[in-house]
Amino acid sequence: MNNTISVLFIFIGILFNLFGCLGLIRLPDVYNRLQSATKCATLGTCSILLGVFIRYGFSDIGVKALVAIPLLFFTATVAAHALAKAAYRAGVKLGEKSVHDDYKDVQDEVS
Amino acid sequence: MEILLYVLIGLCVFCLYRIIRGPSIADRMVGLDIFGILVVGICAILSIITGRHYLLDIGIAWIILSFIGTLTLAKYLQNKKLNE
Repeated sequence: MNNTISVLFIFIGILFNLFGCLGLIRLPDVYNRLQSATKCATLGTCSILLGVFIRYGFSDIGVKALVAIPLLFFTATVAAHALAKAAYRAGVKLGEKSVHDDYKDVQDEVS
Repeated sequence: MEILLYVLIGLCVFCLYRIIRGPSIADRMVGLDIFGILVVGICAILSIITGRHYLLDIGIAWIILSFIGTLTLAKYLQNKKLNE
């Protein structure tokens, strides 16, 4: 029973990873790629680690997987945020199909 | 279970494509970040296959090093002017 649930979680996680990497290849500019890839890959890898935890319970492997989940969750999102801000400040252009730039108004107010 | 491992390794090839072909430095950094997250998943599945617990230690250390590396590169990138 535990093995079936854990394989289900791992399969869902790999599906999310696949969607994230497809977005990394197909989307038009940096910000879209960052959004798609970070959300999907973080959720997918957390799901894989949750599957490992369900399979092994509170043994050494399971507890290490459980510790890795919040660590991955917080660090990946903070890194993506810093990366988006750095890319904007470095002057990377938005894609051609983008229609609105809210962050520009905020930058004008600050500076 | 090995098939899932091969699928994850194939997804790493997608990230390598974005690292090689990325038009700007920011694209390459995004590819590197996602590559690190995928390697953690590979470590988790390898720990299921082999039953060794130290592979997840490698995964946790990889998360922290990838975080520090991405923050450092982002700080470096802020002072550049890429498209001007």
